[in-house]
Amino acid sequence: MNQKEGYADEVVKGFITWSLVWGVVAVLLGVVISLQLAYPQLNLPPYLSYGRLRPIHTNAGIFGWGVGSFMAFFIYITQRLTKTKLWSPGLAKFQLWLFNVIIASAAVTLMLGMTRSKEYAELEWPIALLIVVLWVIFSINIIMTIIKRKEEQMYISLWYIMAALIGVAVLYLVNNAGIPVSLTKSYSAYAGANDANVQWWYGHNAVAMVLTAPPLALFYYFLPKSTGVPIFSHRMGVIAFWSLIFMYLWTGAHHLLWTPVPDWVQTLAMAFSVMLIAPSWASVFNGYFSMNGQWHQMRENYLVKFFIFGITFYGLQTIQGPSQAVRTFSAFIHYTDWIPGHVHMGTLGWVSLIIFASIYYVVPKIYGKEIYSIPLVNLHFWLAVTGQLIFSITMWIAGVQQATMLNATNSDGSLHYSFMETLVEMYPYWYGRAFGGIIYFVSMLIFVYNIVKTINGNSTIAATKKA
Amino acid sequence: MLEKKPVIFLFLATVVILIGTAVTMIAPFKWINDPKLKIAEVKPYTALQLEGRDIYIREGCNNCHTQTVRPLLADVERYGEYSKVGEFVYDQPHLWGSRRTGPDLARIGGKYPDAWHLKHMVDPQSMVPRSNMPKYAFLQQPLDTSLTERKMKTLKFPYTPEELAALKGKSELDAMVAYLQKLGSDIPWRKAAQAAVLGDLKNPFLDNKTVLPEGKAIYEKECAQCHGADLKGGVGRALADIDKPDTYIFKTVFGGIPAGGMPAFGDSLGKDRIWKVASFLKSRQAH
Ligand code: HEM
Ligand code: HEM
Repeated sequence: MNQKEGYADEVVKGFITWSLVWGVVAVLLGVVISLQLAYPQLNLPPYLSYGRLRPIHTNAGIFGWGVGSFMAFFIYITQRLTKTKLWSPGLAKFQLWLFNVIIASAAVTLMLGMTRSKEYAELEWPIALLIVVLWVIFSINIIMTIIKRKEEQMYISLWYIMAALIGVAVLYLVNNAGIPVSLTKSYSAYAGANDANVQWWYGHNAVAMVLTAPPLALFYYFLPKSTGVPIFSHRMGVIAFWSLIFMYLWTGAHHLLWTPVPDWVQTLAMAFSVMLIAPSWASVFNGYFSMNGQWHQMRENYLVKFFIFGITFYGLQTIQGPSQAVRTFSAFIHYTDWIPGHVHMGTLGWVSLIIFASIYYVVPKIYGKEIYSIPLVNLHFWLAVTGQLIFSITMWIAGVQQATMLNATNSDGSLHYSFMETLVEMYPYWYGRAFGGIIYFVSMLIFVYNIVKTINGNSTIAATKKA
Repeated sequence: MLEKKPVIFLFLATVVILIGTAVTMIAPFKWINDPKLKIAEVKPYTALQLEGRDIYIREGCNNCHTQTVRPLLADVERYGEYSKVGEFVYDQPHLWGSRRTGPDLARIGGKYPDAWHLKHMVDPQSMVPRSNMPKYAFLQQPLDTSLTERKMKTLKFPYTPEELAALKGKSELDAMVAYLQKLGSDIPWRKAAQAAVLGDLKNPFLDNKTVLPEGKAIYEKECAQCHGADLKGGVGRALADIDKPDTYIFKTVFGGIPAGGMPAFGDSLGKDRIWKVASFLKSRQAH
């Protein structure tokens, strides 16, 4: 235990526990909505229809599971990298409580149909205000800890943490600007194409500041911790960091290719998206090269494969993303099932694998317990990867097939297929995705079981060390 | 050395983030919704349409339906004239969406008659058998108008007391249909797009019985939902003994009847298949 340093680890435990809860909810809802697409009779309007459940799925996934565990690890990592106690453990306790209130009320209000409709910024203004409070107290706590630190040098992970804190604040405030009509209804402050452009500047950078920078912070910290070898190149880390946070902000309009936002904004987004390959892959290589001479750990160290598969999916994601940002390819696959394929390689493959490994690493440390079962960790890993690959690959094929059909024309120039003819072809893929999702869900349950058994188990680290 | 100075680091990171933000998010406000791009015909929402739009938002229809037609062949042929920036100036928020599980709705206004939408919203599968859209029968509940006036004021849309009074007794479904019928129909694109059929029209399949099964199949897929599987009518008129020349039928299917709510099938079916449906209809005529 780290009691001797006095680190605030109780609150880390709290965040991990709750992120597990929301993670299970998110994946379960993912399975539910994937089944609703395949079997529409599973919609139970008004409260349990696809249109209302999908945003609960994304919010529970990104904010409940993703941000919940990032809060845990930012607090954990920052204290260790600064060799300093958390600035205010009391504030952090309040933060955990507020976080849960927010996620729970998000789920309830979305089910009631209270939504601003903008993706990943659906929550109505009273909850959005609470989120601002949440983020401010979180940021102050982390930043004050860094300012008061005892270790002078700030390691790469801390840069990504700081960038995420600032980035999310800027994005969230701007995109949530609205005009309230009542306690449960507001209109966006922006209109039409302006609203769309602000939304996707936000949307894509939510990917940057929530689904890229924080897992990178975790990756840079926990990979060396797990392998016992330092990261390959600090300098490559510096260059990658600054160019990543510079370039990401230019690329939002790649979600708006061929729409009425100005062409030059689209073109800039396309160019910067392609350039993003470089800083993204710098992190991938930094991960791979750190493994030089250590590849045997893939077999021997049960955590390493999570990190290496995770960073590999990140690498694939950052090749696929930029190609989707090219006008001609976007014309083809935009709006099709290809995109959920892309999304879930990122969220299930990259983000979640990194979080899994970090939880496996941290829980034994802060509870002072040995992991309950390594075979179950391995089973969890392989089921998760299998489920995710089934999901993504079926969706890529589905997307290409639908795109091809939608674009097919007859010799007289008329369309060959009606919209419905293309939709009917999607059903088998949707069954496939639901199947992959169920496998992933099972892997989540195994994961949670293993963590619970570890926490409640009695094989303390000290005891097993002797054995 | 930056790695030792957190405050300077935070400041620099903020500046770096704000550069791209300024160029691609803030600057475009000068270009988008420029008065020069204004389209005079595009009108704000009426009270009923706005309430319909809010129900569209509440139900999350935008999770499956987009509202932007891209200037690409397949989009334009399938959905209609591509979307213009000036058509969205009253949309707070925009509802462009990111996923087309269902078809784009930017130009749904005027494509079908109200009666089609009423039936379709209550039970989509009754009109489109293998659709995966949820049933929205519960929208038949009365419309809550307690906030309507405040909403119209907030968005600075013009309204009259009579208009608000007229909302009494409307259902949520009425509001939804009013909204759908407005979508994309402010600009007179349907008229402009209604292709004049050039050249002399002659049914290439006249007396050719072999195309009748295909004609029947197309009828069942595309027409039966309105005109009835047995041709006895429904949302659309009965066709059982339509006493019109082939060319008339062809023109009607090809270009639609914008005023009567019959969609145009020229771009989606093409001439060949339309002649086949026409032949099928003629074959069913009671002579
Ligand atoms: C195996 C578990 C999961 C299943 C079966 C699943 C299923 C789905 C489905 C069916 C959709 C809607 C796709 C569409 O619009 O056509 C979706 C969207 C989404 N899911 Fe999941 N999901 C899962 C896990 C997750 C997790 C853990 C996260 C986040 C960490 C996540 C994040 C998202 C996001 C961001 C979207 C929106 C994508 C977009 O807008 O294109 N999902 N998911
Ligand atoms: C260089 C990096 C990346 C680029 C350039 C990129 C590009 C794109 C593009 C162009 C789309 C929109 C596709 C469309 O709708 O046509 C998209 C969607 C998305 N990407 Fe990526 N991507 C990148 C990395 C990532 C990563 C690392 C994640 C992590 C999970 C991710 C998650 C998502 C999500 C959640 C969406 C769906 C947004 C929505 O439509 O709601 N992307 N990406």
